[in-house]
Amino acid sequence: MNAHAFTLAGAELQARGSGALFWPAQNLLCVSDLHLGKSERMARRVGATLPPYDTAETLARLDADLAETRAETVICLGDSFDDREAAHALPHSEKIWISRLQAGRRWVWIAGNHDPGPLDLGGAHLAELPRGPLTFRHVARPGQAGEVSGHYHPKARISLRGRTISRPCFLIDDARVILPAYGTYTGGLRSSSEALAALMCPEAVAILTGPSPRPVPMPR
Amino acid sequence: MHVLPAPIAKWFAARGWSPHPHQADMLARASDPATLLIAPTGGGKTLAGFLPTLAELAQAPHKGLHTLYISPLKALAADIKRNLLSPVEEMSLAVRIDDRSGDTTQTRKKAQRADPPHILLTTPESLALLLSYPDAPRIFQGLQRVIVDEIHALAESKRGDQLFLALSRLQALAPGLRRVGLSATVDDPAAIAALLARHPDPCTILAADPGPAPQIGMLETTEAPPWSGGGAAYAIPAVLDEVRRHRTTLIFHNTRAQAEIFFHNLWLANDEGLPVGIHHGSLSRESRERVEAAMVRGDLRAIVCTGSLDLGLDWGDVDLVIQVGAPKNVKRLVQRIGRANHRYNAPSKALLVPANRFEVVECHAALEAARAGDLDGAPRGPGPLDVLCQHILIRACAGPFTADSLFSEILTAGPYATLSREDFDACLDFAATGGYALRAYDRWQRLMLRDGQWQLRDPRAASRIRMNIGTIQDSELLKVRLRGRGKPLGEVEEGFAASLSPGDTFLIGGRVVRFDGLRELTVEVSPHAAKSPKIAVFSGTKFATSTQLCQRILAMLGQEDWPDLPDHTRDWLHLQRKVSRLPEPGRLLAESFPHDGREHLCLYGFAGRNAQQTLGLLLTKRMEETGLAPMGFVSTDYATLIWGLDPVHDAADLLDINALRDGLDGWLAGNAVMKRSFRAVATIAGLIERMSPGARKSGRQATFSSDILYDTLLKYDPDHLLMRVTRAEAMRGLVDFARIEELADRTRGRIDTLRLPRVTPLAAPLLLEAGRVPVSGSADERLLAEETARLMKQAGLDQNGKIPL
Repeated sequence: MNAHAFTLAGAELQARGSGALFWPAQNLLCVSDLHLGKSERMARRVGATLPPYDTAETLARLDADLAETRAETVICLGDSFDDREAAHALPHSEKIWISRLQAGRRWVWIAGNHDPGPLDLGGAHLAELPRGPLTFRHVARPGQAGEVSGHYHPKARISLRGRTISRPCFLIDDARVILPAYGTYTGGLRSSSEALAALMCPEAVAILTGPSPRPVPMPR
Repeated sequence: MHVLPAPIAKWFAARGWSPHPHQADMLARASDPATLLIAPTGGGKTLAGFLPTLAELAQAPHKGLHTLYISPLKALAADIKRNLLSPVEEMSLAVRIDDRSGDTTQTRKKAQRADPPHILLTTPESLALLLSYPDAPRIFQGLQRVIVDEIHALAESKRGDQLFLALSRLQALAPGLRRVGLSATVDDPAAIAALLARHPDPCTILAADPGPAPQIGMLETTEAPPWSGGGAAYAIPAVLDEVRRHRTTLIFHNTRAQAEIFFHNLWLANDEGLPVGIHHGSLSRESRERVEAAMVRGDLRAIVCTGSLDLGLDWGDVDLVIQVGAPKNVKRLVQRIGRANHRYNAPSKALLVPANRFEVVECHAALEAARAGDLDGAPRGPGPLDVLCQHILIRACAGPFTADSLFSEILTAGPYATLSREDFDACLDFAATGGYALRAYDRWQRLMLRDGQWQLRDPRAASRIRMNIGTIQDSELLKVRLRGRGKPLGEVEEGFAASLSPGDTFLIGGRVVRFDGLRELTVEVSPHAAKSPKIAVFSGTKFATSTQLCQRILAMLGQEDWPDLPDHTRDWLHLQRKVSRLPEPGRLLAESFPHDGREHLCLYGFAGRNAQQTLGLLLTKRMEETGLAPMGFVSTDYATLIWGLDPVHDAADLLDINALRDGLDGWLAGNAVMKRSFRAVATIAGLIERMSPGARKSGRQATFSSDILYDTLLKYDPDHLLMRVTRAEAMRGLVDFARIEELADRTRGRIDTLRLPRVTPLAAPLLLEAGRVPVSGSADERLLAEETARLMKQAGLDQNGKIPL
């Protein structure tokens, strides 16, 4: 299976190679930092004309994850849209695509720093969501337990016989999991950065995304 | 000859000089629309370029800019300014001269635009920037002459393409403009003349007396060069002897890393403390300027350098050039040799130092070619479209334009003389809308068509476009500083910095330092006394050994014996012939052997670095498909070495030229070289912005790699303009498929695969080559699985990665 199993606050979770988190007991799929509409925002804000295919690509990957897991609940952990105007400006076809993904599922948009308020798209809009032993929110808070968050776009870099591989990653310790960014046009913050090193306990593990998700001690 | 105006004639007479014949020729042809002067360094070339300007300014007053001088080096512009100011003062001419580059202060730049000097000395990039201002027509309206110095160097790069486009714009602003090019000796002056002149105008070609033939030879050493490596440490005592015997010696290296190692070893052996300096592009500006100043004062006996001293600066009293490492290209060798003895009638003196035994062969071949005056060169092909896209954006910054007028203007630029309207329209569409199959940016177009004229939708975009002007690709460099003292030593590539662990040692600026850590975007180091450091792998520019030189080498290897070669090299070639086989003209040798825990395949194609690189890419792709788990490869000019997890028993299976050709398209899609090319193309065309260190610092998460854009375009818009440009670029430069075809033609399936127990004498140098290209595929996943399991075990975590709670 293309997923790495781990336990957080008693919940059996799976870190998927795609960067999505799956909770089989709840049939729940969680993705973070989709940044839909990023290319549109870049054009509007700085006059860049990046290839306008990022939203379609992100949705296609989400579509595939949903088809495989058959999740009934979807939590988008914030920064789902690059900003509110980007959400409004989504082409009709992409809005329809989102509605199709939402059909027959419980869908929660958690607020992020890029998309703080409610959007005119279906689904519930929440600041955060407690569920069983876990709490889903955009930015991790020190001192919390059973926390699932995103925001930092963590990536990890490891050396293999003189070569380095850098990939988006999950960061996991006994208090929290931080998800990698799921969006196509997203960069990453190295796990060795101060912000992430301060949040994660010394035994933290990084799960590298890719064809097969791989755990390593979190590179610091 | 034309009569010199009195102040200039008096100046010559007062010194007992008369103009050189080529200087007189330049005066006589001053009204020609385009003139190319071929002259050796030190032949009064620069004065020849400026004499007509001085004559015109002495004869009649001129309002505003008269002559624009363009040089590839900022330092050269500043240097020329100094050298020109004194004769102008001595002639009492009322001529204002100023220089302009990225280093010029804002105040001075503004003053130059408001009230231009008579003569402005600048670079192609600063000229492009000047042309992007709406007041460009006013600045350039009275321009009479433009002088392009070192045009042979510019003509080989996109900087030249940008310059020739700028000239087409200048000519439109100043129709009476005359063009002058100053060039070193080249194989095909007519090709450069065609770039310089307004197409299809003719161009006058003048050649100065080349002076006496240079004296070139091999450096005699007591010790033999090593089997492999590029340090040439063995030659240090002999090089020191030569330095002692001459006033000033330039010691050229092909790469910065090699220059660093050599300089380090030279210091260790320099018991009598001869003053020796180092100069290359990775050193901080302060360090370079210190060395340049010392050289001008004549304080240095030798300077270890790279291509950073290939051009321009006529400084110091250099009487010997030493080339360390095979020169790769006979033309460049001849130009480097010309750096010695700038006095006109003295022969240049040069010595070649092969860094390893293979290079002994290559140096001998190069020596023969240089003596025979057999210069190599390859045509560059039509002007690249990414540079054209940037030119269109620059044009838009200056004000509205019509597509028709811009198109006809561009056709007058030599490299773009054959541009099709279709390609031009595609570039314009890219600049305006991004040019995607999915028309997504109707609201946010960069350029809008209003009343038949193209213009910026948002004029504020101009400042972003201006910040991105230029075609030079800086790889992402990090500053290296001594911890605590904050003194910058130079720069290293980010990829190199990332491979360092605290405690690792490397060379920079001739000293060994220990890596302490990465602080923000600075590499912090402390001094270290180690003698054998980990080597800094700076990427110096690498050129492919020319076809002509490769053919000479193959012919040489085919000999029964090599009486002209030193014994050590002779013995080595005989040893290779004994344990394996020597490459022969008309056959392709493949060696397969295990080494250091991996399987290796070495192919001696002699097709030049770029084609060998392509061969590496194509073959690793086929090996990946057949499950041989290749991990990477490295190419030199004569061979490609591939390593992986499984051995290859018959290379012929992999080398079918038809399969290689068929695989080319699919292959071009997903590899590291393409992504590297795409990044350069996308930056030049203006799709992505050059990353300023500040931007990287503030928004690490917000920025993402250009590889993602490449992958997205490949999937959703594979025929996009920039993908086409990237492909064309790779085919022409990095791919060089024509030389693979030539290889196939020359060997016609005569492929000998030898399975050997260990690395062979001829393959050994490749193990130490820099520029290894990793192959992402099943080997990645296999290694990642091993390594992650090992790390988890070491950390005491269980195999499933479960955290012991």
